[in-house]
Amino acid sequence: MSKTELLAITSGELAMPYEWSIGKYGSRFFQEIREYQRFLGIRCPKCKKVMVPPRRICGPCFQKLDDLVVLSDTGTIMAFSVVNYPFIDPDTGTHRPIPYTYGYINIDGSDNIFSHIINETDLDKIRVGMKVRAVFRQPEEMEGNIKDIKYFDIIT
Amino acid sequence: MAKRVAIVGAGQTHHKSHRLDVNGREMINEAVTRALADCEIAIMDIDAIIIGNMDHFESINYVDTWSVEGSGGVMKPIMKITTGGTTGTSVAIAAYYHVASGLFDRVLAIGWEKNSESDTTAAIVTCSDPVWDRFSYSGAIPSLATEASAYMEQYGATEEDAARVAVRDRTHALNNPYAQMYNRPITIQDVMESSMLAYPIKLLDVCPRTDGACAVVFAAEGSAEKMTPRPAWIKSTAVRHTTTWFGDVDYDTGMLSLQRAAKEAYEKAGINNPAEDFDVAELYLPYSYAGLKWIEALGFCGPGEGPAFVGEGNTDMGGKIPMNPSGGVISTNCIGATALLRVAEAALQIMGKGDKRQVPDVKTALATGFGGCWWSDVIVLTRDKP
Repeated sequence: MSKTELLAITSGELAMPYEWSIGKYGSRFFQEIREYQRFLGIRCPKCKKVMVPPRRICGPCFQKLDDLVVLSDTGTIMAFSVVNYPFIDPDTGTHRPIPYTYGYINIDGSDNIFSHIINETDLDKIRVGMKVRAVFRQPEEMEGNIKDIKYFDIIT
Repeated sequence: MAKRVAIVGAGQTHHKSHRLDVNGREMINEAVTRALADCEIAIMDIDAIIIGNMDHFESINYVDTWSVEGSGGVMKPIMKITTGGTTGTSVAIAAYYHVASGLFDRVLAIGWEKNSESDTTAAIVTCSDPVWDRFSYSGAIPSLATEASAYMEQYGATEEDAARVAVRDRTHALNNPYAQMYNRPITIQDVMESSMLAYPIKLLDVCPRTDGACAVVFAAEGSAEKMTPRPAWIKSTAVRHTTTWFGDVDYDTGMLSLQRAAKEAYEKAGINNPAEDFDVAELYLPYSYAGLKWIEALGFCGPGEGPAFVGEGNTDMGGKIPMNPSGGVISTNCIGATALLRVAEAALQIMGKGDKRQVPDVKTALATGFGGCWWSDVIVLTRDKP
């Protein structure tokens, strides 16, 4: 018997869109950005922490939340990483542009971390502790999703 | 009705980056066949099967039903459990629960992955929240990189300190013919010169992508002693999950889920001084920096002492507490199987079946699992029946 050529098949041009519910407070978060270009958090009555984005339940306290808190558009870099390797973005099916900086940002007035993109990939120009400000899309371009925040700019 | 439980047999594939010669079911079957042979039983002797993998890696959602011809699950109770990186320890702990309940005498736990079948990072990105996190999230490496950079900042650990961990695991893999990185040792210089993926993580600091499977047979007391001369008894297990949101993890408090899981498992097992009480540890360390920071969470040394503890050779073969005689996750990472491999390798050490990677006279062994968003499983195994 001749040597077998080992074959594999590909899934082809997969397109399988989903439609995810953002929820009441999440929707308010994006409305706040469109109308006022600032963030919205929510305070837990038990642990008193303010969390961004706002959600209906505090996981550790298992507590229902309803105390929305208006915040600013600034924050502090808590951690970051410059992503330097290629991978496919499951939202687009194509390679995500690299390099880009994945950042953990503490929005002023909140007690947790908001993850987004920081507009700086030069390791000499970015440090933990730096202040950042959100840069938003123009209101008429906003779609009510996370991309309405374009990125965060370092301001110090 | 509750029973003590032991591991009586284990099997694994020869792990490779691409196994084009087998489909997923056939690859699973290789591990199952070897596990059954290890304890000299047939598939008819298995009462139930727990199987797991990473949902999006192969795009097969009902792996429990899809895999039956390979797993041996035809006309048996079979259950899928998938918890990301901890899948392997989850299937092990679930198999333990099944047998400990007294309702099942012999249960087969299976973990498997064909990482070659998709873009691993894209698949991992689908584990993040689609509304909030997925847009900026880029898979496991940058999350770990943020942890590593914070640890370096806090304790002055260096990239060379971390590279020492990768060198240890790859050196240990010289003794494990099943490892993907078998016979491919590296030096600290190799690590330092490998390409930067996400600062401070370089290519040789992280696990590879692997096609492979692992299967482990759990048996109740009464049966276990008859099935193998030296069963590996489950002394204690603990599971800790943190939050759904990446932003809610407190990065300043160390590896909290691992600290808490270890505390519970150690208390149940009577472990007071891990570095003395354990003879060997098979740890889910997906990247080199975890080999510094997470061994602190496990109590092998104090906060910030990881680099010195590893650097002095304490975790090498022949050291005070050999870690990852198998070569660890840095040498093999078929993700759904990875944590089960830790359990299997720890059991092999107790059973005295470690061949060239055997640590002498192992009485107590530790196995861990890790998954994102920062959760941990801990399992303590003993030679003595609990």
